[in-house]
Amino acid sequence: MNVTVRVWRQEDAGSAGRFETHQLDDISADMSFLEMLDVLNERLIEAGREPVAFDSDCREGICGTCGLMINGQAHGPAEATATCQLHMRKFSEGDTITIEPWRAAAFPIMRDLIVDRSPLDAVIEAGGFISADTGGAPDANLIPVPKTVSDAAMDAAACIGCGACVAACPNSAGQLFTSAKLAHLNLVPQGQAQRWERTIDMVETMEAFFGSCTNYGECEKACPKGISIDFIAYMNRDFVKAKMKNRKLIGQKFP
Amino acid sequence: MTATQEASHQASKTPTTESPNGRLGGASPVKGVTPNIEVAPVQRRPRNPAPWPLDLYQSAVGKKWVMALSGVGLMGFVFAHMVGNLKMFIPDDGKEFDDYSESLRTLLYPILPNTTFLWIMRIGLICLFAIHLHSAYSLTILNRRARPQQYSQRDYIAASWAARTMRFSGILVIAYLFIHLANLTWGVQALDDHRFVDGRAFHNTVTSLSQPWLAAIYIIRNLALAVHLFHGAWSLFQSLGVNNPRLNPWRKGFAYGFTAIVCGFNISFPILILAGVVTQVPR
Amino acid sequence: MSIQLESGAPGGPIQDSWDTYRFDTALVNPNNKRRFELLVVGTGLAGAAAAASLAQLGYQVKAFTFHDSPRRAHSIAAQGGINAAKNYKNDGDSVYRLFYDTVKGGDFRARERNVYRLAQVSVNIIDQCVAQGVPFAREYGGLLDNRSFGGAQVSRTFYARGQTGQQLLLGAYSALMEQVAKGTVTLFPKAEMLDVVTKDGRACGIITRNLQTGSIESHSGHAVLLCTGGYSNVFYLSTNAMNCNVTAAWRAHRKGAAFANPCFTQIHPTCIPASDEFQSKLTLMSESLRNDGRIWVPRDPDDKRPARQVPEPERDYFLERRYPAFGNLVPRDIASRAAKREVDSGHGVGQLGNGVYLDFSEAIGRLGEAVVRERYGNLFEMYERITDESPYQTPMRIYPAPHYAMGGLWVDYSLMTTVPGLYALGEANFSDHGANRLGASALMQGLADGYFVIPYTVGSYLSTLLGQAAVPTTDPVFAEARASVTSEVDRWLSTKGTHSVDHYHRELGKIMWENCGMARNRVGLEKAITELPQLREDFRNNVRVLGQNESVNQSLEKVARVDDFFELGELMCRDALHREESCGGHFREEHQTDEGEAKRDDEHFAYVGAWEWSGHGEPQVLHQEPLEFDYVKLTQRSYK
Repeated sequence: MNVTVRVWRQEDAGSAGRFETHQLDDISADMSFLEMLDVLNERLIEAGREPVAFDSDCREGICGTCGLMINGQAHGPAEATATCQLHMRKFSEGDTITIEPWRAAAFPIMRDLIVDRSPLDAVIEAGGFISADTGGAPDANLIPVPKTVSDAAMDAAACIGCGACVAACPNSAGQLFTSAKLAHLNLVPQGQAQRWERTIDMVETMEAFFGSCTNYGECEKACPKGISIDFIAYMNRDFVKAKMKNRKLIGQKFP
Repeated sequence: MTATQEASHQASKTPTTESPNGRLGGASPVKGVTPNIEVAPVQRRPRNPAPWPLDLYQSAVGKKWVMALSGVGLMGFVFAHMVGNLKMFIPDDGKEFDDYSESLRTLLYPILPNTTFLWIMRIGLICLFAIHLHSAYSLTILNRRARPQQYSQRDYIAASWAARTMRFSGILVIAYLFIHLANLTWGVQALDDHRFVDGRAFHNTVTSLSQPWLAAIYIIRNLALAVHLFHGAWSLFQSLGVNNPRLNPWRKGFAYGFTAIVCGFNISFPILILAGVVTQVPR
Repeated sequence: MSIQLESGAPGGPIQDSWDTYRFDTALVNPNNKRRFELLVVGTGLAGAAAAASLAQLGYQVKAFTFHDSPRRAHSIAAQGGINAAKNYKNDGDSVYRLFYDTVKGGDFRARERNVYRLAQVSVNIIDQCVAQGVPFAREYGGLLDNRSFGGAQVSRTFYARGQTGQQLLLGAYSALMEQVAKGTVTLFPKAEMLDVVTKDGRACGIITRNLQTGSIESHSGHAVLLCTGGYSNVFYLSTNAMNCNVTAAWRAHRKGAAFANPCFTQIHPTCIPASDEFQSKLTLMSESLRNDGRIWVPRDPDDKRPARQVPEPERDYFLERRYPAFGNLVPRDIASRAAKREVDSGHGVGQLGNGVYLDFSEAIGRLGEAVVRERYGNLFEMYERITDESPYQTPMRIYPAPHYAMGGLWVDYSLMTTVPGLYALGEANFSDHGANRLGASALMQGLADGYFVIPYTVGSYLSTLLGQAAVPTTDPVFAEARASVTSEVDRWLSTKGTHSVDHYHRELGKIMWENCGMARNRVGLEKAITELPQLREDFRNNVRVLGQNESVNQSLEKVARVDDFFELGELMCRDALHREESCGGHFREEHQTDEGEAKRDDEHFAYVGAWEWSGHGEPQVLHQEPLEFDYVKLTQRSYK
């Protein structure tokens, strides 16, 4: 198939970017979207022009490295699919495909389609962990975890940290990412001891870099793992609770 | 330039560092310090947190919570307002309607002096509006900062038109509020054909809404309110964290139903007045 | 320089080996711990676990990753699960059995005492991960669920849906980030290690290139831990992530670390076959598919009918035919080679004739579509997304693909390479899987090394350095290493060739896959050993790297990795050529039984082949560490 790609080019965070248009002929419909970009790069290099920089690693939808705004949709038109798992058969002959990097103040563009997503790490650093130093753990079966709880925690923990939720949100909000991690840790019994501090630390760090949630639901639709915005509601509730708790009594009011 | 020249040129440009600092090390912004990463924050929290609940309000999640709570209050108001207005359907030449509006002034009288409680409610409402507006305004500023550059092309999948136009529908509602007050509470003469009579609520309502241009504004305003409620009455559950798999399917249903009832009846008033169904006995 | 390959494992009963080691090791006083700086390269399971655990002990840790975040390492892609000898199922599992299975599954090419230790600490890993909040699958009673995996006869595999690797990595990553927040770990994302710095024969630091700014940086420490994963990308097409590479391990090799058993690579039988020339990587699908799927090809090579129209008698269920006892559940290497044999003999299916069918119609008939959907729904979805074919309607097409490297840097019992102060953890070392890794054991080894082995063993080396400051980065050894890295960068940028890096990588991959892939023979290996240096020469003169050093330059990142792959490829072929036997993932066509099964030669090859670097263009020198099997009796594997 033949397609035209309009792709964003930008030297670095400081410089202004622009779109560049390339005609790509003889693309196989079985190619993945990133393989199509590989072909584009191969041809650019043959022509002596610098290839388009884009991030990708595992190419099986789990590492969260890739992520492009394709025709105005984060990760492109396929639902619950990361960019690397998108295939050219989702497009039609003669299509013009616009490719942009994630756009958010929190994600400065490093080059072309690559952005710096370190604020996501900052959110985890603030509290996205259960403190359990190596060696001190009790037997794994000591605390039973109801299956429904474990399943719900896993639903949240499936987040791959790609940043599509931020990219898709008109406010560049980081709520789906933060709430997914928070819900995972706040749901399991092992995470209760730090629950309220964690909630406040993670939410406030998130707010330093990202916009606020307007309940559009775009993030949920863009999420390659289909993580539900229910977790955002859960985070909101826990945050307000965390602000009101008398922490000395937490042991008595175990949720 | 030959290849070797370029190579040496390159070498001189290659920065080398002996012991650089890592990124990300250090404290988080929670403690009032920005982490050592290269991305500039869009919002800094004050070094000394304010006392609760101001502290809660300083966070965006807290602002949304406050916005949702004030929204609930305002929804209560529009609902009660609509229910009161239903009295105009009683074919008694507005007697019940006028009694009802008079009773608002004498509410809790003689425990409190006349109209005191009305004023308490009015001040409460003004506060709700103010808080609702302020949180919306400051979140909008934050969101603008968080997304400094827009996409050249955007294809929304989930975000409804209503959700994306909350700011505008909200502004329309507020703008009309002043017209509405001027027209029916303050009795600004220019708006009602010089027929405003204090204390005769039914008369005032019917005469002003029988003017097609005022009725049209009233209908447009209610459509804006509908759009606003359509998203807001669902969204508030998310913001308040009311989330239960058993009840979740009802949240959207509630929003749609509430919107339909409030705005449907509201819009029926001018239409029925213009159609002559609701009318005064000519004196 | 002569390399001494002493494992250093304490003697005595194998059950006490690890305890003895821990007791005999000198401890580092807490006050002294914070004076030691440790450099951890790589933040996958082994690296993140090690960095976090060492920081908790009080060491000053610097962690390096070439990703933008530690959470992206390829450990994240492991699907199946993690083994542990918990015996929660009461089905006869024990530390000893896990040890036994691993040694036997590795075809007797692993060090017994290392494997025993791995089995011992496996139980602690699960405890540790659960305490971190890893959402392992649970039963309705709230206790942990286990499944049998990869043909094991006991259920000892813990899993978190199909994302076990992801959840374990996120656990280790969160522990690491906690230490970063505490300031005990300094994190360097986007920093690729390009050289190990040694002084007086000891590792004293590393040189990194910042992938964002191009700055070449020096870091010094008392010890360097390489946790940089495996090298399956030498085949170009593999299930590894695009950026997986051998560079860090290879640079260490060039600085004196012996590289052991490089020819031991694992081919995973259930991957989706390539669809065209531009295929960039292969996708693995969980081995669990073989529990219910039946593998077949049409009997007639010219049969081009769609799978559904091939009548039952004209199908060849070759695994069931050849291995009646295990059928479709034979170990990975055996299933892979059987598939290769079918494809090579022209029975391959699909447009390119490069796959075999994995058919679920019988399972759907037996269990009903709902049950099959529940068990494999997400895998089927993944398959359909990639191939646009529904496995409910037509059989899947699968083909083996390179997946894991058992070979790696030689390490002793303390995980130290032949360079004092330089350690290798996880897939980067050669140790515990022998010639073939069992399913769900990679995660176990990575975490064992990081959480429970290195925190003890590193102390025995550091205790000899008490009172010594790390070699400062102003030392001439650093300047020299920096200059050599800088000149290498400049070399690539000034080559001004004509072909892209990927072009050469693909060519390299073809040579490796053809001659040093699933089945090897003398002719092919010798051919590869002559072809590879030629292609490398061409590559070094004609590769085109555009752009500059001072910004993100992905061609520049790749070119050095591919250069190292060339040298590694050659060594793999040499290793495969010298090992005149078939064992585990290494199959020499000259050494097979009459039925076409692998024939081991324990008399001559029961050793670890560790290769010592002897300069560019010079063949490496082989050293042998004899393997003794005191506990697991040497037997020929049989899955008939």
